[in-house]
Amino acid sequence: MRRSLQGGPGPADPAERRARRSSNQSGEPGALRRLGDGTHRLALRGGRWDGAVGNQVMLRPKNQNFKGHGVSKGKEREQRASIRFKTTLMNTLMDVLRHRPGWVEVKDEGEWDFYWCDVSWLRENFDHTYMDERVRISHFRNHYELTRKNYMVKNLKRFRKQLEREAGKPEAAKCDFFPKTFELPCEYHLFVEEFRKNPGITWIMKPVARSQGKGIFLFRRLKDIMDWRKGTVGKKLASLELQPARSTINLCSSHEPRNSEEQKDEIPVENYVAQRYIENPYLIGGRKFDLRVYVLVMSYIPLRAWLYRDGFARFSNTRFTLNSIDDQYVHLTNVAVQKTSPDYHPKKGCKWMLQRFRQYLASKHGPEAVEELFADMDNIFIRSLQSVQKVIISDKHCFELYGYDILIDQDLKPWLLEVNASPSLTASSQEDYALKTCLLEDTLHVVDMEGRLTGREKRVGGFDLMWNDGPVSREEGAPDPVGNFVTNTHLGCVNDREAQLRQLFHSLQVQKKSSG
Amino acid sequence: MLQEESDLSLIIAQIVQKLKGSNLYAQLERQAWASLQRPEIKLESLKEDIKEFFKITGWEKKLQNAVYSELSVFPLPSHPAAPPEHLKEPFLYMRKALGSWEKRILKSLNSMCTELSIPLARKRPVAEQKELLNKWNEMGTDEPDLSLFRPVYAPKDFLEVLINLRNPNYENGDPLSFRTHLGLIQVPLKVKDIPELKEYFVELGLNTGQLGIDDSTQVPPELFENEHVRIGQKVLAEQDSAAAQQYIRQGSPTALRAELWALILNISGQPEDILYYEQLKTNVIQYDLLVDRLTYKDVKLTASNDDYYFVFEDYLYQVLLCFSRDTSVLGHFAYNCASPPKSYIRGKIGLEEYAVFYPPNGVIPFHGFSMYVAPLCFLYHEPYKLYQIFREMYVRFFFRLHSISSHPSGIVSLCLLFESLLQTYLPQLFYHLREIGAQPLRISFKWMARAFSGYLATDQLLLLWDRILGYNSLEILAVLAAAVFAFRAVNLMEVTSLAAAEAVLADISTLKVMPLLQIFLFATVT
Repeated sequence: MRRSLQGGPGPADPAERRARRSSNQSGEPGALRRLGDGTHRLALRGGRWDGAVGNQVMLRPKNQNFKGHGVSKGKEREQRASIRFKTTLMNTLMDVLRHRPGWVEVKDEGEWDFYWCDVSWLRENFDHTYMDERVRISHFRNHYELTRKNYMVKNLKRFRKQLEREAGKPEAAKCDFFPKTFELPCEYHLFVEEFRKNPGITWIMKPVARSQGKGIFLFRRLKDIMDWRKGTVGKKLASLELQPARSTINLCSSHEPRNSEEQKDEIPVENYVAQRYIENPYLIGGRKFDLRVYVLVMSYIPLRAWLYRDGFARFSNTRFTLNSIDDQYVHLTNVAVQKTSPDYHPKKGCKWMLQRFRQYLASKHGPEAVEELFADMDNIFIRSLQSVQKVIISDKHCFELYGYDILIDQDLKPWLLEVNASPSLTASSQEDYALKTCLLEDTLHVVDMEGRLTGREKRVGGFDLMWNDGPVSREEGAPDPVGNFVTNTHLGCVNDREAQLRQLFHSLQVQKKSSG
Repeated sequence: MLQEESDLSLIIAQIVQKLKGSNLYAQLERQAWASLQRPEIKLESLKEDIKEFFKITGWEKKLQNAVYSELSVFPLPSHPAAPPEHLKEPFLYMRKALGSWEKRILKSLNSMCTELSIPLARKRPVAEQKELLNKWNEMGTDEPDLSLFRPVYAPKDFLEVLINLRNPNYENGDPLSFRTHLGLIQVPLKVKDIPELKEYFVELGLNTGQLGIDDSTQVPPELFENEHVRIGQKVLAEQDSAAAQQYIRQGSPTALRAELWALILNISGQPEDILYYEQLKTNVIQYDLLVDRLTYKDVKLTASNDDYYFVFEDYLYQVLLCFSRDTSVLGHFAYNCASPPKSYIRGKIGLEEYAVFYPPNGVIPFHGFSMYVAPLCFLYHEPYKLYQIFREMYVRFFFRLHSISSHPSGIVSLCLLFESLLQTYLPQLFYHLREIGAQPLRISFKWMARAFSGYLATDQLLLLWDRILGYNSLEILAVLAAAVFAFRAVNLMEVTSLAAAEAVLADISTLKVMPLLQIFLFATVT
């Protein structure tokens, strides 16, 4: 049942491999589910005291169990121009990596310079891995501070309090972009109090460590939650889940070739969050949707974050109504859940590119309202990253591409639903494939293993530098002191990345020539 | 001179006649009566005072807009003694061809009816009515078995009919010369050449500001755009159809488009319009028509599979089902030479007094019909408004894309315009494609028949339809089709088969409409 320490290459059975490829990339395949058991959890939480400890642990190459990466003997290193990459994901990412000039694939135990790992590998191996300076890896050690629903909320609440202390209420109010949330079972009593204060509203219950809509349910009565509690104590959690979603866990949770029976045994107590359900979502064509936006963090201290221009709106296949609270399909826009919906038809798209969404809104509400909405979304990205800035172990080897899930309500207010550390990179359509390959190519441009950039770029392909230890101005030079500050974000705008990249790399070459 | 004057008075008489039966007329009359109470209305100058009153209160504008709206579909000038069918379509051979095409469609519909033994119409049982009412807003979630239904016809079938059109009075036995038309359409109609098109589409010129040319750059909105938006707001404030139509020739700002189009189409969203829509809806709930199944099938085959429009599936059903019940659509047969199909009450076949139009609006949906509605969903969100806009767009423009006529905006003229533009200005390309058996019209016909809906990206499509409304003409479709061929000419010169040519032109969703049109019209050497 346990995987090899080095994160085996995956199932050998070709059929299984196919199944994996066709299914979505899972967020956290069973990884954090195991956090339920006490020991693992302590060990993990131990890593978050401060960055220094983490770094020390990682840079200690004495222990024989430690495996070094990026290390090669002097001469060999000089000669080798190629970049050795490794990944376990079989999707668009693999296509992009394999087509990148000068990059070579490393399999199994081979040494690598670049590893796009899954988070479960990270958990088991990161602390035992020595990494050379140039090595890059696709996650931060404790990314879950942002990407686990309960930690995210905890961090945001703390950050909000801190802002209120330091900068006053109006500033703190800018953090009010997540629905009221309680962690269960530990905040159960607080939750019940809140529940009683607001009778009649709808709550949504989500397992903290799962993604793609698995295990989610809605409720309005406290009785439902009582049952749920009993269920968790008696390990009957599974029976509370809606069956269609259940049946797909297996297919969707990608990397690990296990079946759901085994999985069930591994969930003794599962942590949930109870979140106030947003009952007035913005609808298009009568359907609910959420937005997927990509943010690339290159460093937390100082915070350097890039925002990708493209993204998409994911539509629910069924029509929105609060009357059918049991109908899971209506409410969840995760593609993984969509695929289990009885009327799912793979030929039908469920996505709109953000550009289209932006245009639709502009024709309905005018460009000013759209500008405001997108500025509010920028605020969400920055504040959420700031809320974990001090907690996440900053490590120069790490970068991370986050998938933000945003819901818009009828007042055009954006809400942060969650942040994914492993956004799905499997393409559901041709358009989607184009988006994801471009996204990944540009991610690799920014990560810049080739060392081509100067570090002063404000735009690389579809990525715009959104935060560089402070807001980044769209205009060149220092920001206008009068306050005409325009942020350097272009979410949902035209993405003429090819022309930009051509120009960028051309001018970089010219610079190099003239200086060398 | 005298002739012109009498023409004008004839037109005025006809429009007055038409407006007399309208709601607007009743409203004006009521307003006039009410105004008599006002102190500024004097008995001695009654006529002038009421006129002044109408001007101040904006009723004059409404009347103007109504007249303008009537003029937009008014038949082309003809001899006053011409019989009514001549007004609709002067050529007998066109009328004949249309007649036999209509017979074919009806036959096909009837045979489907018999094969599947489904009645043309039936009243729904109460339980079914209730069910339909409940899921009115989510008809798309229904997945009825439609495998036995097939679209009555597709644009391809219609193209075959157009290719076989011949004018019996026209002998084309001359030896090949530069005048010989080498395309598929072999009827002699007058179509514009580029110098004429340049004059006609003068506002699209290189020196005129255009929305849809530069708005994809990152620079902050240019002076033109700001100014253009400002003027647009002014036009809307004035509520003047004619001004809006002139304005939109340079493109409509995204945020103003919905209102501008409504103004041009003279649709104001009165309470009685909502009522009318609700009546149509009731009719849908009460009666089940065979054509509903065709509509359903068409939406599933086209819009629901479209990356842009799948979201609007439910709206499409609502609009199209109501459309099929709307007898006011029959009004457009006054200037459309097609005739609505008739059906007879069982056992009374052939007895005119038992004849009813079927479907009630007289329009049999074909493959791709729902794509006329889909782009409008981007602009209008209330179903009744969406419905009205679509109906008006249909009776002004879209009907011409699937009926045989010699009208300059009719599909026959569009095909001919497209072919002659290619043959004249891109002779090498035209000849090459013809030689390899890839007649350009075989590829472009579907674009024109659907007014490019589903082929262009939505923003580009709306910019194109801006110009259709602005010029009150569909000719721009043929120009664009030719411009697309010109744009991909280099690739097309390399292909050696129809399939390869189709592949080159399979995806035109990345094209920018306005630059293409400008280059083709104004930068081509003529």
